[in-house]
This record gives sequence, structure tokens and C-alpha cells, in this order.
Amino acid sequence: MRRREFLQLAGMGVGGALLTVPLIGNAVDMDRLLENPIDVLEKKRLADIGLNAAKANGATYADVRIGRYLNQYIFTREDKLQNAVNTESFGVGVRVIANGTWGFASTLDVSDAGIQKAAETATAIAKANGKIQTEPVQLAPVQSYGEVSWKTPLEKNAVAVPLKEKVDLLLSANAEAINNGANYVNSALFMINEQKYFASTEGSYIDQDVHRIWPNFNVTSIDPDSGKYKSRQALSSPMGMGFEYMDPRASSKKEGPGGTMHYYDRYDMIEDAGLAGKQTREMLKADSIKAGKYDLVLDPNHLGLTIHESIGHATELDRVLGYEANYAGTSFATLDKWKSKDFKYGSDIVNVFADKTQEGSLGAVGYDDEGVQTKKWDLIKDGVLVNYQAIRDQAHIINEDESHGCCYAQSWNDVQFQRMPNVSLEPGKADYSPDNMIKDVEKGIYIVGRGSYSIDQQRYNFQFGGTLFFEIENGKIKGPVNDVAYQSNTQEFWNSCSKICDKSDYKTFGSFFDGKGQPSQISAVSHGSATTRFDGVNVINTARNI
Amino acid sequence: MAILSKEEAKQILEKVMGFSTADSLEASLSGSGRGNIRYARNTVSTSGFNDDISLGVTANFGKKSASSTINEFDDESLKKVVKRAEELAKLAPENPEFMEPLAPQDYKESKTYFKSTADISPEYRAEIAKKSIEPAKAKDVTAAGYLEDTSGFSSIMNSKGLFAYSQESEVEFTVTMRTNDGTGSGWVSRDYNDVNHFNGAEASAVALEKAIMSREAKAIEPGKYTVILEPAASVQLLGNMLYNMGARQADEGRSFLSKKGGGTKIGEKLVDERVNIYSDPFNDLVPANAWNGEGLPRERTSWIENGVVKNMSYGRYWAKKQGVEPVPGPANGIMVGGDATTEELIKSTKRGILVTRLWYIRTVDPQTLLYTGLTRDGTFYIENGKIKHPIKNMRFNESPIIMLNNLEELGQQQRINGNLIPVMKIRDFTFTSLSDAV
Repeated sequence: MRRREFLQLAGMGVGGALLTVPLIGNAVDMDRLLENPIDVLEKKRLADIGLNAAKANGATYADVRIGRYLNQYIFTREDKLQNAVNTESFGVGVRVIANGTWGFASTLDVSDAGIQKAAETATAIAKANGKIQTEPVQLAPVQSYGEVSWKTPLEKNAVAVPLKEKVDLLLSANAEAINNGANYVNSALFMINEQKYFASTEGSYIDQDVHRIWPNFNVTSIDPDSGKYKSRQALSSPMGMGFEYMDPRASSKKEGPGGTMHYYDRYDMIEDAGLAGKQTREMLKADSIKAGKYDLVLDPNHLGLTIHESIGHATELDRVLGYEANYAGTSFATLDKWKSKDFKYGSDIVNVFADKTQEGSLGAVGYDDEGVQTKKWDLIKDGVLVNYQAIRDQAHIINEDESHGCCYAQSWNDVQFQRMPNVSLEPGKADYSPDNMIKDVEKGIYIVGRGSYSIDQQRYNFQFGGTLFFEIENGKIKGPVNDVAYQSNTQEFWNSCSKICDKSDYKTFGSFFDGKGQPSQISAVSHGSATTRFDGVNVINTARNI
Repeated sequence: MAILSKEEAKQILEKVMGFSTADSLEASLSGSGRGNIRYARNTVSTSGFNDDISLGVTANFGKKSASSTINEFDDESLKKVVKRAEELAKLAPENPEFMEPLAPQDYKESKTYFKSTADISPEYRAEIAKKSIEPAKAKDVTAAGYLEDTSGFSSIMNSKGLFAYSQESEVEFTVTMRTNDGTGSGWVSRDYNDVNHFNGAEASAVALEKAIMSREAKAIEPGKYTVILEPAASVQLLGNMLYNMGARQADEGRSFLSKKGGGTKIGEKLVDERVNIYSDPFNDLVPANAWNGEGLPRERTSWIENGVVKNMSYGRYWAKKQGVEPVPGPANGIMVGGDATTEELIKSTKRGILVTRLWYIRTVDPQTLLYTGLTRDGTFYIENGKIKHPIKNMRFNESPIIMLNNLEELGQQQRINGNLIPVMKIRDFTFTSLSDAV
């Protein structure tokens, strides 16, 4: 019942829509976010102390991560600022291999002595655990990059934008929702900056400055006569961008079927909040769906979560191997299926790739948290499972001689492990728009935005809801409908994929607080796709009376 | 260890109060040490320990307030954290919902801290892992588990003289056992404030037995079934109900407790009259903190009494606006049970399903508290009072409100995640599809 891993900073709506967010680090004031406490030369000197101490204690490999993690979260409801929280976390983590076994230790004492001690502790833990190790760690080779740096391409550092400007934007969006018929609105803006310095005994010294942003709201309309209420979240996407994402741009949005608005690399929060006010009012009057088989037309801002759950998590190699068995679970996409080279994950048009490079995405970095340059690779090619997500100590298991570069730790205080890169569906090659797609459907449902999501521990059976649902009849949108959830099996679902819109419709969805591991760590990941059609999917009606 | 004594905490907080020039000041000081061991594939994968102490200060000028936090405790740092909060508060917009800090309160003591748990060593953690891994190996089963122990303190003080202090310790353990043929999986969860109550070998044996029993499960048609829900299967559904019993949401018309035409369901019968749910920080089996973050004393509070909605929680602002006393939300959930054991409930069942746990539970409709999720790690078909065979996992779509209206029989309580929940027999529990997952 308790949610000990998360600090509830403010309620975004009610019921299941309550948003709990993890607070990494200690709250600090605004000025601290703009200070630069330590320069890159000093970081290199400190890192070398850790690397040398580890080697002197018998480590055959070591990496040192000096991290400064800055967050700013702003919460409002209606015309009130509820909370503005600034957090900072600064420290160092040392990971080593000794006697063929991993060891890790971290400290907030970023001094010569502090790092030296952490390196010694990590080595001692590795040696102690080495006594029960049966499979010594094998690291895939990695290039020595020397001294390099990478920064999220951005126009405006969100943290540097005055607090008042950000609060005013949220309050204006709230007002627009209320003016368009909503009764209540909560809104929030999350801003993340990871300043990460990585050094390893492989000879790399990597300085990175990573930025992410997520605006969100929950708009609620109430009908007192029926006692019913309807809510919808923002149709924004969390991005690996600066505050420029919040500057609306006509060329970065498109009107879609059913009067929906779709935002790409710029977001118009005020406009979206107004639409949410109107749409939640309309939802109160909409019909309840009749359960049955429907062709689904899934918008990228919805499909992203389906990709995340049914492909992203299923192709994590550590899950496949059983390391997550006691928490997130294992995977149906077992090594024998991959080895067969003919396991049909999806229909022939399904091509899914992993990447840590797409500009503006949440996963984009120059190098991962074990010093591997990032890249793009295929997971599903022409419908067939061809690869997994693997890091340095896993590459040999799938007969590869290099890591995929998808190792991540949520902070200096946590050990890095395999985390999901961006996992995206390639758009269709022929020109084809969402409007064309709707025209081709006789009996279907168009679903926009994320909703309720649940999937089993081996990623076979899932049930997903959405934000907005529109019934399609004979090639036309009939109107909004309520109470929709679809249930399917991963392989059956992806094999029912019959059409994918072209690249002009491609955009990313994002998951900002994806959890994995024990103790649990969060990570942020994007999923790109264009609007996609799935044939004959089982839709249930979720209306109940209590 | 990051545990300050009551006097040490008080001393730091009093200094903080002394450094302030704000109209009023609130401060919280807390710390904990957490150790863990994780294992998978029948070997230890990671282990660690971390501790931290943190001080948070909120300064108020009129209806303006702001917060700042620090984890250094020399006088200069304490002055700095107060100054930062004060500077930020002066810049903040007025909050119309601002509440003055609470006057001093009397607190009863709740015994939540046990030295035995604070003294857990890395060797003890490794020993618990071994007690899972060795029996698993011997039965051709693979264990993956996690043990975490926490001990810490919390304290708050404000410029009106309120001071509260408590210590807490807890140990939590889960293990998943999977048969090496890939067809069976079992699981167990245990948690205690006092580690002396924890028997790692016994817990692991339960998971191991379930794994072996659940091999080669048969599929049955999804639909409505009588279920026997072990406490781990119902705790999250019940918690989702209990933690959504806020008065403000209900008054605003956006809660399962809101009523058609306005008003709330307080005083109305919501579920079967045998259902009684309350919270009590002083219960010996599930002790919890006797005060909440605002400094309000927590008492035994009845939420559902004989099936009727007895209380909703009120924050201080909403209580004042509605002219009632504040009601702190629950720190634990206790559902009154019966005398029957799980075996006795099985014996009295003609046709039904025994559910070990429900997993990946997500809200489908907050208005009706409809949730979906799946059975996992031990689901068995019951016929004529006996477990007949394991069955494949299934997805459910169900509301705890409907579930508690379909109550057949209550069994004995067990502690689960800091709550006391009975094993329950429920009729017409709704399963909507089959899953191939083991």
C-alpha cells in the first residue's frame, strides 16, 4: 500500500491519475542550479585518483562517475502555484571488477580521500562477492575515446528561464482549460539536467551535459447531474530538449482526425489545455463503446507506450536471462526464438530499431554510463526478432563483440545497468496520412494519447486504454466514445499490424519515469512511430456501476 | 548509522528555529540507513548499503512560503538553509490555501523501531540469500530474491513550539522461484519491523513449494469465478481504495465517493456489512508513525465500518474550509478478518481459484475504481474442497468496491507491506483473458 520509493509532491488529479514522482537528490534553491561547482580538469584529476586506487587494490577494471543531478519541478492547480522544488545531488560512484566480479561503492564526499575510499570499498565488495561467483564477468572491448564531451543540443536552458515565466505559462494553460469548460486542472513542469563525468581504465574521459523537459496537465470536467467526471492528460511528449520545446510553432503541429491536434518538436501547452477542456466536456456526453473486434488506428502518442511495454521491455537482455525475475519479470522473447532467425514478432512491415542518438529524444546521449559511444541497431527486421539490448558484460552472450551502448544509472549513487534505449517503429515508405488511414477502415477506433496500461511478467498478454477515443464507421470518424480498452497478445498484436503512415507523421512519445531494478531506478526513454493500423483487435467495455 | 537521538535532533532543530527571522518556520529532519542484497540465477548479483540525513526548512511570511533543504549540519550550513528558504519565500506568490503552522500536540508512542533490525549485517543478508538458493538448487529451481533493511528516524519542529520525533526499522523480503523447465513459478513476500520475527528459510520454502506445485498449468476459460485471495493478492486493490478516500476529491465531485447530484457517500453503505477497515498506528503487528508530515497526531481511525463509509481524510486546509476537524490519512490498513485458515476456505469451496498474488495493477476507471492486472506465481483451480491443478495466469478487470460486495467469507489476517489483511473468499471475480506468462 505504501509507495516508499516515491515522494508524492503534488496530486495530479485524483484516483489512479495521482502522479507520484521520484525526487532524486536534495531540494536546493534556484541559484544553486546555475552554479558550476567543479571544472572538467578537476574532475579528471579526481577520477584518476579513483581509477588508480582501484587498480592498486587489485581491480582489473574500474570506472568512476562524478555526477551532479539537477531537477526543477513546478506544480500548480487552477490559479495557484502549489510547489516549486529544486533539487541537487552531487557525488561519485566507483565500479570495479576484481576477481572477475563487480563491486560498487558511492560517496557524496567528492574529495581525494572520499574517492580513494569509495574505490577501496568497491574493490573489497567485489573480492568478497567473488567467492561465490560462478561466471566471471566478460567485458566486450570498447574504444578508448580520450577526453571528449557531449551536450544535449538546446536553445534555452529550462532551469535558467525565470521561475515566474514558467509559473505564468502553467497558470495560463490552467485558465484556458477552465475557460473551455473544465472544472479542475493540475499542471506540472519537470526539468532535468544531468551533468555526468565518466572515466574508466579503458582510457576514456567523457564529460556530458544532458537536459530533459516534460510539461503535463490533468484536466477534469464534471457533470454533477449524472455524478460523472472525465479527465485527460496533456498530449505533450517529454523531450530531450531545452525550454524551446515550450515555444509554440505553427510548422511543428498538425491537425488530425476528430479535431485532434498533434505536436511535434514544439508544444503549445495553452492551446492543448483549451482543447482538453472542450474534449473532457464532450467525453461526458459520448456513447459507451460496444465490446467486440475493431481495427485500431493508433496515434504515435498512444502507440509509444504499447511499443515500450510489448517490445522495449521484452527485448532487454537482462530480463531474458532472468536477472529481473523477482521484480519486473522475464521475457517471452527467449534466446532460442532469437537463434531460430525466423521468430515472427510482427508482420512483414514491422521494423523496430533501438537507438540512443535521435536528436530531441529522451535517450539521446553521446556515450552511455560505461563509456560506450551510442548508436542505432535493429531489434525487429521485416517482422523477425533479430537482436536485443545488451551492454558490455552481456554482448558475448549474443555473440557480439561490442556493447550496444545502453548502460545507465539514475544517479552517481546507483550502480549502472542495462536500460532501455529509445525503441522505435520505422514509418511506412509510401505516402500515407492518418486521414488516409481512417478512410480505409470500416469498423474501427482511433486512439490518441496514453492511458491505463498493464502487461504480464513475460510480456505476452496486455491491456491498454488511451486518452481520446473516436469510433470509425465506414471510413469516417463517427464521434468520441468512452470506456475503451483493448486486450491482446504481443505476437498476435504485432502480426495484425497492416499499415503504417509515412515519415511526415513520425514523432516520439516518451516515458519519463520508467522503473526497473531492486532497489528501483528510474530512466527516461522515447519511442518514435507514425500512426499505425492493427486489424481485428479485441476491445472490451470498461464501464461499471458501483 | 544515520540515526540521531531525540536530543540530537531536537538540538539541531532548535538551532534552526533560532536562526530565523520569518513570521513562522517549520523544519523536518530525518535520516536512514538502508542495506540490501539482490540475487538471481541462483547467485548474488548486487548488494549495497547507503545512508543519508536531510534537513528541510519551510519559511513563511504572511501567506508566502518556500522551502529549502540541506544535508550538512554545522552552524553555517543551518544559517544558510534558513536564509535560502526566507529569501525564496519573499519572492513566492501568496498561497490562498496557506495554513499557519500547527500548535504543539501530544503524541502517544508507537513502537516502530527494533535494534535487532538496525543491527542486520552483510553476513546476515548473505545467509538469507543462501537459504533461498541452496534449497532451490536441490529441487532444480532457480531463485531470484531481494532483502532490504531500513532503520531511521524522523523529526519535525516549528516556531510555535511543536516537536515530534520517532524511530522506525523495517525488513522486507521477496523471492521468486522458477522451475528450470520454465513451467512453474512461486513467490513469497514478508515484512516486519523486528527482524526476529522473520524466518528466511520458511519464507523461501513457501515460494519453492508454490513453484513446484504450479508446474504445467492448464488453461481454463476466463469468466467470473469464486476466488480465494491470499492477502498479497488483495492488498493493492484495498490500498487503492483506502488511499483514495480523500474528502476534498469527493466534495469536488471527482472520486468514487462522490454522489450523483452532488455530495458524498459518507454514512452510506458501500460494501458487504462484514467489511471493517481501519488504520491504527499503535497496532503491535503493524506499528506505524504516530504523527503525519503536518505534525497531526494519528489515531485509530475507522474508514469502513460494517460496510458503511465512516470517515474520509481531511487535510488541514480543507477541514477548515468545511468546518470540520482534520483527519490524517491512514498510515496502515487493517481489515478485520475471521478465524478460517486458507486451507479451511479451500475446503469449503466447490469450484474456485486460489490466487497467490495480483500483479501490474493499473487504474482503468478512477470513477468506479476499476483496476486491471494479472495473477502471477501460483494460481490454482479448486474443485470439491481441494486444489485440483495449477492453472494458467489470467487478466482480471475488477473494482475493490464490487469485490467487497461479493464477499463470501473472511479468513485469518496476515501482515503484508505494513498492513493486516485477511485471506478472503470472493464470488464472481471477473477474469477477462488468458496469459501465457509463467
